Amino acid sequence: MNSTVSTPLALIAELTHRCPLHCVYCSNPLELNARSNELSTDAWRNVFTQAAELGVLQADFTGGEPLARPDLVELVSAARGAGLYVNLITSGLPLDESRLEKLVAAGLDHFQLSFQGARPEIASEISGTTTHAQKLRVLEWLRGHRVAVTLNFVIHRRNMDQLPEMLAIAETSCATRVEFANVQYYGWAFANRENLLPTREQLNSSLGILKQAQERLRGKMRIEYVVPDYYAKFPKACMGGWGRKLMLVVPSGDVLPCHAARVIPGLTFENVQNRSLRQIWESSAAFQKFRGQEWMQEPCRSCDRREVDFGGCRCQALLLVNDAAATDPVCSLSPNRNKVDAVLTRVADIPVTATAADVKPAWIYRSNPT
Amino acid sequence: MTPDLNSRPRLAPGCRLNDAKQQPRVLLMPEKALRLMGPSLEIVERCDGQHTVRQIITELQRIYDKADPQKVETDILGYLSLLNDQRALDFVDADASVGGSVA
Ligand code: SF4
Ligand code: SF4
Repeated sequence: MNSTVSTPLALIAELTHRCPLHCVYCSNPLELNARSNELSTDAWRNVFTQAAELGVLQADFTGGEPLARPDLVELVSAARGAGLYVNLITSGLPLDESRLEKLVAAGLDHFQLSFQGARPEIASEISGTTTHAQKLRVLEWLRGHRVAVTLNFVIHRRNMDQLPEMLAIAETSCATRVEFANVQYYGWAFANRENLLPTREQLNSSLGILKQAQERLRGKMRIEYVVPDYYAKFPKACMGGWGRKLMLVVPSGDVLPCHAARVIPGLTFENVQNRSLRQIWESSAAFQKFRGQEWMQEPCRSCDRREVDFGGCRCQALLLVNDAAATDPVCSLSPNRNKVDAVLTRVADIPVTATAADVKPAWIYRSNPT
Repeated sequence: MTPDLNSRPRLAPGCRLNDAKQQPRVLLMPEKALRLMGPSLEIVERCDGQHTVRQIITELQRIYDKADPQKVETDILGYLSLLNDQRALDFVDADASVGGSVA
């Protein structure tokens, strides 16, 4: 193996783009893969085997909604059989208890149930469907099964004030881990950014609440928190660094270094049906593009943190300053940080609205593939 | 927390060792993987709901008989409590039946 290329740790398997929900912050691309282009069961089986041989430890099943694949139980057992740790990231529908039982029996290790809020009204507003009651049902069923459970609350301006209620849902459930992830501004979330970005006051008060909860629940529940990077001083190490730890296989079989890589002009992606996963990981142009430090510009190039955050997110650089090789503009050292600050100033003046009807401009809901 | 010497730790749901044929050995758990070698692997292999904490300590003191036994005990208790903070362990009570209710 090429000595500059590390071993990937996780494979993110976007099994389908189909989803019964229409979340306004969905990280899927605006152009979704059609059902007819989805990889077959056998093609996925092959991907899992190759991934395990490459040294991958974990498969994250995501989408769209993985449960929309009728062969999900088979896929779980294929990934587990290949030696991978199988993690399902789901909104919990369509699911009934007997299918849940089959998934666990097939070797599912970790069930991550995502929530749009602590109350049914906000869940419907954000997902454009009725989902909350079903999620609570799934959470009850999970008690009886030997699988790790994480609750994922995606938080933003419209639901941040429900944090204590979200914690209460988590505490009374069988979850051993809860994740409060602020929306990341790509895909559909970028289109709805002004309505999703929290204010600084909201952010500060959420940090206080979560720090307290972490102390109180130590040894009972892991609480993890992803801050919105628009408010951070330094960017996050997006995907653990481009082509360093993760790879993402989209429903059609194209392999991407990150969720949003498609927005970067000039990148072409190779497909698992034409080339081996190892070849793609080690030498495809898309993975090589932002590996190492050669591509970096100042201030990253001479910065002490370049091996910590790898210059941040390439897609964010593209989206905000139209140059995928630029320093992530959320970085306080970036010459373009003023662009992010301007957005923050703008949202600071928008009142934290009380009802869905006050949201202006109206939400743009995620569509569904054909 | 300090684990009770008579309790029997076992890996929590969704936490497991990778296959013995795979190298390096790792403890897989939600959104984390801990690389295990030497004593850490010996400890985790014994978190099976059968060994008590006391038995784990005795067995490791035997394996590492050149090390100070008191230090071995302290290290094991520290490691078990770290794993517990990661929610990787459940402690089956001294008198609860093995293989009983899951957490
Ligand atoms: S974010 Fe919402 S719409 Fe997008 S895949 Fe997940 S559940 Fe479906
Ligand atoms: S200048 Fe670049 S490497 Fe340094 S902190 Fe900012 S983004 Fe990271």
